[in-house]
Amino acid sequence: MIQAFIPLLVDGLANAAVIFFVAVGLTLVFSVLHILNVAHGSFYAIGAYIAVSLNLWLVSSGLPPALSFVSLVLSAAFVAALFGPLMERSFLRWTYGRPEAVQILVTFAIFLILEDLQRIVFGVQSFYQDTPMQLLGSTTIGEVVYLNYQLLLIGLAVLVLVGLRFLIGRTRMGKMMVAVVADREVSETLGIRTDRVFVLAFTMGVFLAALGGALASPTTSVAPGLGAEVMVLAFAVAAIGGLGQIEGAALAAVIVGVTRALAIYFAPEFDVVVPYLVMLLVLLVRPYGLFGKVQARRI
Amino acid sequence: MSVPLLRAVDLKISFDGVLAADGVNLDIHEDEFVAIIGPNGAGKTTFLNLCTGYVRPSAGGVFIGGREITRLSPRQITRTGIARAFQLPQLFAEHTIYENVLIAIAARKGFWSAFSTLSDPVYAEEAGALMDLVGLGGIAHLRPVEISEGMRKLADIALAMALKPRLLLLDEPTSGVSASEKFGLMETIVGALRAEKVTALFVEHDMEIVRRFADRVVVWNQGQVVATGTAEEVLNDPYVKENVVGVA
Amino acid sequence: MPILVTALFLLFVALLPIAVPWLQFVFTLALAHGLAALGVALLLRAGLISLGHATFYAIGAYTTAYLSTHLGVTDFFVLLMASVVVAAIFGVAIGAFMVRYRSIFFAMLNLAVSMIVFAILAKFYGLTGGTDGMRVAAPTILGMELERATFGRVLFYSVIGMLVAVLILAGRYLQSPLGQALSAVHTNEVRLEYLGVSVNRVLLCAYTISAALAGLGGAVGGMAIGHVVPELAYWTASGHLVLVAVLGGIGGVVGPLMGSIFIELVHTFATGYASGAWNLIVGVALLLVVFFMPQGLYGLVARLGSKKKAMS
Repeated sequence: MIQAFIPLLVDGLANAAVIFFVAVGLTLVFSVLHILNVAHGSFYAIGAYIAVSLNLWLVSSGLPPALSFVSLVLSAAFVAALFGPLMERSFLRWTYGRPEAVQILVTFAIFLILEDLQRIVFGVQSFYQDTPMQLLGSTTIGEVVYLNYQLLLIGLAVLVLVGLRFLIGRTRMGKMMVAVVADREVSETLGIRTDRVFVLAFTMGVFLAALGGALASPTTSVAPGLGAEVMVLAFAVAAIGGLGQIEGAALAAVIVGVTRALAIYFAPEFDVVVPYLVMLLVLLVRPYGLFGKVQARRI
Repeated sequence: MSVPLLRAVDLKISFDGVLAADGVNLDIHEDEFVAIIGPNGAGKTTFLNLCTGYVRPSAGGVFIGGREITRLSPRQITRTGIARAFQLPQLFAEHTIYENVLIAIAARKGFWSAFSTLSDPVYAEEAGALMDLVGLGGIAHLRPVEISEGMRKLADIALAMALKPRLLLLDEPTSGVSASEKFGLMETIVGALRAEKVTALFVEHDMEIVRRFADRVVVWNQGQVVATGTAEEVLNDPYVKENVVGVA
Repeated sequence: MPILVTALFLLFVALLPIAVPWLQFVFTLALAHGLAALGVALLLRAGLISLGHATFYAIGAYTTAYLSTHLGVTDFFVLLMASVVVAAIFGVAIGAFMVRYRSIFFAMLNLAVSMIVFAILAKFYGLTGGTDGMRVAAPTILGMELERATFGRVLFYSVIGMLVAVLILAGRYLQSPLGQALSAVHTNEVRLEYLGVSVNRVLLCAYTISAALAGLGGAVGGMAIGHVVPELAYWTASGHLVLVAVLGGIGGVVGPLMGSIFIELVHTFATGYASGAWNLIVGVALLLVVFFMPQGLYGLVARLGSKKKAMS
């Protein structure tokens, strides 16, 4: 029985790893810019599309297949460089200080535009390119077969988590981000270039989303609608962890990943609903998420 | 001796280790005009918050007309007859002053009059009278952002008065108002309150205002009531002069 | 002024299909969505963005489908009323805990609920027809079965009639203390509590009304198309409702309806020339509205109207 379960668990954790990338990007953008980017999932999808396209080209052009790993990261970097500063400087900058509804609508509009751009550029068929996964093969421990690629995903997620924590705690840029998160106005008066912090934070968020998409692309088929699906899932995970909480996003991703694995095993009809049920339950008990902080009202 | 309108018994609360209320005992009787004075951070606003349900004490109780209201929510406490005016006027920014008052009156009458509109004559009459009482008639059609701070304070008080409260708690009614307007403002407020027979408790920093308008003065320091009496008695008390007011 | 705009708008909507018959179906659907968008607009007044309102549209649609197809209840009025009631019941149930939240959390929880509803509709094949959806059996009017085309006409004009009643009631609601309290909640919720008003009850009332409106819209939509699918509850459907509400403008009750008609007209013309780029066009339109016309179409018309008055 447990033999059947372990692969599901690993599956769940690998999915958790991917969703962690996306969710932590979303939560980072929210905490620094106070914007909930509805187009965040689109960057995941675009990252996936570009990674797949790049690898298809790579394989057909006879270059060493090991480079397919590099192209995954390159794809993510490309998406971030292309969309990050552009979107932040133009659309988002205009929304600062405006009502929340406006911000949500602007990012929703960008989501809609990106959805069709994906369709126009990549077409409506689904892509599949699993070279990186094939290359790594599998390991057998005991009687359980593990896909090494999934183990890699989990390892990378842990690396990113540690890296982010290090970045925020130990680097100058990280400390500036913390200051901006705590109080934008005061940070400005202290001479921190908040506009630079914003661009950087947003671009990082886009990179993380695109990375999630690129890393996930070898394991699944990439088709229209991917962005919308991932968006709402990333929302759920970020909310469960507490908006703005990095470790929260990690814990929430694990909880969602594992409960989904359990659901697939015990009640397959419900696995899609699981993240939203968890979100509902968590927010009922802790309205600000697992690690979320309450903001006191002053009168 | 009748039941005091407001009674606080041994109220205690601390915030992050600071004892904002350290065993507060106080009685307010009907028709009194009581001023609360004390240095910043003494716990005066905390006391108002405790009386209106904004925070819950860790010990002690608050009673209005003998009835305990310690653990009730602000909404429930408002329904028992205590109204509050705020240090920073709390108004509805997207409504005109007149509409603000209408909303307050409708709130008192009960909101479940879904098929009446705010422009019904039954509200208009009362709103007009209230605004005249407080001196806001001329600016009825303006929004809060378009009038002076003093007018906003009056509007804030008008909202509280619309509830026809027994007791009105005012948090620094003349702060943020220019020196030339202060006395006039306070005259208007006190006149309106006396006309409607509302008991009032107000936190104030300006000793001239206190001397002129308070029947009784209660002195706060470090979370406790340290002196009470008429303005003259209290302001001439050496302890008060030294620790609270500063040697005059 | 608002009455004039509303009357003109309704006349326009009612009469145009006489000249351009195929617009009747488009308009019926647009009005159905517009009703749901009106529900969203009510909550927007209180500063609450319901990113899951498609839930109630779907509930209304599926109630109609289920009653007509599985239980043989085909009376037109009964179906509409049942859908409204069922949607309102869900509205009260969901709203009861939803109104404790504000801003982002309110939006997200509504989103979560809509995705759960979507998943349930997609999975429970036996009850809901799963991803295939459910048919809506042809409704009968007072026992009479009608031809598809005739029913379409009856539906269209009934919706317009209902709309008149809805707009009048919604207008009165917004002028009442309960309705005015919505924007008061947005601007100073604490003050309302200190006036003795239960903010949560005010919001629950608004939430229930808006759910009922969406349910009505869903029933009409279901009848118009003759088929209901789980995608009706997908989060992007909710996003479209918010878009329509803001596009049309929440300043007047007719705003969301105007927004919906406008979008459907644009959609119809766009399909002719750029069918693969519908989302793109909507996205760009939305950005334009947000940047240049924050009061929406209704606000634009209202401003033009008052300028005219000022000049004359």
